[in-house]
Amino acid sequence: MPTSTSPAVRLSDVRLEYGGRTILRGLDLVVPRGSMTAVLGPSGSGKSTLLAAITGELVPAQGTVEVFGQPVPRGARALLEMRKSLGVLLQGNGLLTDLTVAENVALPLRAHLRLPESELRARVAAKLDAVGLGGAADLFPRELSGGMARRAALARALALDPPLLLCDEPLTGLDPIASGVVMALLRQLNQSLGLTCIVVSHHVRETLPVCDQAVVIANGTLAFEGVPDALQASQDPLLRQFLDGAAHGPIAFDDVTGQRAA
Amino acid sequence: MPLADTLRALGRAGLFALSVLRASRPRRDFLAELVKEIYKVGARSLPIIVVGGAFVGLVLTLQGYRTLTTFGASDALSTLLGLSLYRELGPVLTALLFIGRAGSSIAAELGLMRATDQLKALELMAIDPVAKAVAPRFWAAVISLPLLTGLFCLMAVTAGWFEAVPSLGLDNGTFWSGLQGSVDAWDDYGVALLKSAVFGGTAALVAAYAGYYAEPTIEGTSVATTRAVVNASLLVLMLNFVMSALLFK
Repeated sequence: MPTSTSPAVRLSDVRLEYGGRTILRGLDLVVPRGSMTAVLGPSGSGKSTLLAAITGELVPAQGTVEVFGQPVPRGARALLEMRKSLGVLLQGNGLLTDLTVAENVALPLRAHLRLPESELRARVAAKLDAVGLGGAADLFPRELSGGMARRAALARALALDPPLLLCDEPLTGLDPIASGVVMALLRQLNQSLGLTCIVVSHHVRETLPVCDQAVVIANGTLAFEGVPDALQASQDPLLRQFLDGAAHGPIAFDDVTGQRAA
Repeated sequence: MPLADTLRALGRAGLFALSVLRASRPRRDFLAELVKEIYKVGARSLPIIVVGGAFVGLVLTLQGYRTLTTFGASDALSTLLGLSLYRELGPVLTALLFIGRAGSSIAAELGLMRATDQLKALELMAIDPVAKAVAPRFWAAVISLPLLTGLFCLMAVTAGWFEAVPSLGLDNGTFWSGLQGSVDAWDDYGVALLKSAVFGGTAALVAAYAGYYAEPTIEGTSVATTRAVVNASLLVLMLNFVMSALLFK
């Protein structure tokens, strides 16, 4: 049974496979309620795969994933129910291109709540105001800048007031100012609404300062779990390579000629 | 293993068709989407159907007149025109034009929705993407294609009349009485509409399946669009033979 003291997300000895290949193994992670957690790691390290396990898109080959004390269900109907308590900000935003910004935000409200039209409009306006897009309600996604589209997708992810928000690479493709705006907005929502927030990113500098907890994924497993200051101070060669952006170190990557630089 | 792959694809397509039917619930949002899709796949197909129908009527009349005149049977021109149009050419040609115009657009739209994470976003918002994006397109095709077939036949007969009576000099009364006497409201016209509804549903399902399961890339969308047009066209031609064999005495 879920309790108010159970963490927002708990992973216990999780192994994740994709296409028969192990992507992540031995994952043990607790994300406390109301916290803001950064999941960091190089591109292709399996950060988005971790999110897929939390949303139920990927069933772990081993171990359990719990959201608010309940194992992530496998049945389609139960999974849909669980997803009503999740807000997900996708890397590509996933805004429906034939709907305006306001209609996109209204989409989950229309699908799951039977609200009078006036109340629905008020809720949509409130969400758009919260992300600073009050004047963009009638624009289509193609008319938005990258930062505006990301905030519109954020407003839609928050439409049902979910207790847990998952953000997959929220800063990709954004300039430094837009990145700062989005991260400040996430922190503000986390603090004002008590929203638990998991931010998957490889943008260390922008992400770490606003998070309570940091997790680094590298070489197929959790390389670090702790507070951001401890991560910044770490002298672990693997973490230093990632934090300093060094080409050579324990984290291997393939260069364009296929030779391993490590 | 090509056989195993084919069987797997057929099974998946069958399950997809079932999921579309299961997701079709006439709620307010669904009906609003349906009206929008009828406009997109039906109303926007009007120009191609009007022009296509007129020229098919013209060529049928021309070739029919030349052949029938050889045997001194030019009075039977409207019978030839009516039966060939309502029984076979009307439903089949309208379906093929519809597939080229609307089927390709259904596959491309769903393929792009896959490539740009729109379908994934719907799933993560606990909204069934089949109910939201596929079912309205399917029912819009089922409703639109019979209406488009009726218009196609009307245009073909009208164009045929203009060529036969004012241009070739056939008797106006003979033309209309021949058409009225040979075309039965149910056995010919009704069956044409039934065939069209089946073709519409088939075309939409094949196109939606191709787009829904497209590789999430631009190239994947392009492949899905081509596959939708080719597969749906072949399936319509095959179904037409089966339905004609079963329905026409």
